[in-house]
Amino acid sequence: MIEFNWDWAFAWEVLPLLLDACLVTLQATLFGSILAVVTGLILALLRRSQSKAVAYSAYWWMEFIRSTPLLVQIYFLYYVAPEWGLNMSPMVTGVIALGLHYGAYLSEVFRSGIDGVGKGQWEASIALNLSPYRTYRDVILPQALRSMIPASGNYIIAMFKETPQLSAITLLEMLQLAKIMGSENFRYLEPFTLVGLIYLALSLVASTAVRQAERRFPKEGFTLS
Amino acid sequence: MPVTEILTALVGGAVITMKIVVMALPLATLMAFTAGLMRISEHRSLRWLAVIYVEFFRGTSALIQLYWIYFVLPLFGLSIDAVTAGVAALGLNIGAYGSEVVRGGLLSVDKGQTEAAIALNFTPRQRLWRIILPQALVGMMPPFGNLAIELVKATSLVSLITIADLTYRAKSLADMTLQVEQIFGLVLVFYFLMAQALTLGIRALEKRLGKGMQRGGLS
Repeated sequence: MIEFNWDWAFAWEVLPLLLDACLVTLQATLFGSILAVVTGLILALLRRSQSKAVAYSAYWWMEFIRSTPLLVQIYFLYYVAPEWGLNMSPMVTGVIALGLHYGAYLSEVFRSGIDGVGKGQWEASIALNLSPYRTYRDVILPQALRSMIPASGNYIIAMFKETPQLSAITLLEMLQLAKIMGSENFRYLEPFTLVGLIYLALSLVASTAVRQAERRFPKEGFTLS
Repeated sequence: MPVTEILTALVGGAVITMKIVVMALPLATLMAFTAGLMRISEHRSLRWLAVIYVEFFRGTSALIQLYWIYFVLPLFGLSIDAVTAGVAALGLNIGAYGSEVVRGGLLSVDKGQTEAAIALNFTPRQRLWRIILPQALVGMMPPFGNLAIELVKATSLVSLITIADLTYRAKSLADMTLQVEQIFGLVLVFYFLMAQALTLGIRALEKRLGKGMQRGGLS
C-alpha cells in the first residue's frame, strides 16, 4: 500500500502539464458556451413560435435533453455520429454535446428573459412598424439581456465543471491527464487534488464575476434611457 | 443481438441506477438540511464550516470528487468499494446544492411567523420544526425536484468507476454489439422516464405538503 504523504516534487512535475491540459478544458468550455448560446436562443425563439407543433417540439426537446445525463449524450454522439457518416474528433464531439446540453438550459433562461420584457415594448415595436427581426435585435433582446447575463453565467460555470466527463471519450483534458499521470506513477493523490483545486479556483473566480455582473444588471426596476 | 436481450440487460442496469439514487437521496437530504441549517446558525464557526463544505463541493466537479473518493481515500487507509464511493460522492455533491435550497427556503418564510412563535412562547426547536420548516418545505419542493433529477443524471458518472449501472451496461453493450443507435437511444429514453416519474412524485409530494397553507390567511 502506498503511504499517504504529499509528494511536492511530484506535484510540481504534474502541475505544468495540468495547466496545459486546462487550456483544453477552457477551449471546450468556450466553444461549448458559444454553441449553447446559439442553440439556446434558437430554442427560445422556437418555443415562442405561432405554430403549436413547433413550440411543443422545442419544449420536449428541451425537457428531454435536460432530464438525460450529459455523459450518455456524449456517448451517443461519440458512437452514433460515425454511423451517420460524421467522423468527429473527441473535442468536436464534446463541444457539440456540451453546447446542446447547456443550450437546453439556456433556452429557459432566454425564454424567461424575453417574457420579462414588458408588453408595451412589443406593442411599440408593432406601432413603429419594425420587422420581427429588428424587434428582437433592437428592442427585446437588449432589454432581456440584463436578466439573462447572470443566469447564463451560472450555467456556463456549470458547464465548465462538467467538462471532466469528456475524459470518457478520451479527450485529453485535465482529469484525463491526471488519471494517466496517476496510473503511470501509482500516485493519485497529487494529480486529482491539484485538478480539484484548479477547478475550485477557476469556478470561484468565475462565480465572483457573475455576482458582479448581477449587481451591474439588476433584475428589476431598470429604466430605459 | 436481439432487442429483447438488450432490453433485459438495460433493465438490470436501470435497477442498479435506481438503487444508487435511493441510497444517495437520503444522504443528500441529510447533508442539505444539516448544512442549510448551519448556514443560518448563530454560531460563526458552524456557518463557516457549512460554507467551506458547500463551496468546496459546488466549486469542484462531481466527477473529480468521485475519483478523489474512489482513488485517493484508500491512501488514507480507508478502503472503500465502488458503490460506497459513488453514493458518498453523489450524496455530498447534491447535498451541497440542496443546502442552498434549504437556506433560501428557511429565509423566505415571513419574519412575522418567527415573531409570532416567539410571542406564543414556542421553544426554538418547536419554532423550527412546527412553524418555520413546514412552511419552508413547500417552497423547497420544486428546486428539490430539479436536484433529484440532477442526481439521477449524475448517477451515470458511477459507470466510470466500474459500477454496472445503466450507462456502464450501455457502453459495454455498444462496444460488444455495435448496435449503438438502439442502445443509446433506449438508454436516453430510460433516463427520461425515470426523471419524469420523479417529477410526478415530487409534484404529488408538493401538493400534499402544501395542503392547508391557505388556511388562516397564510400564503
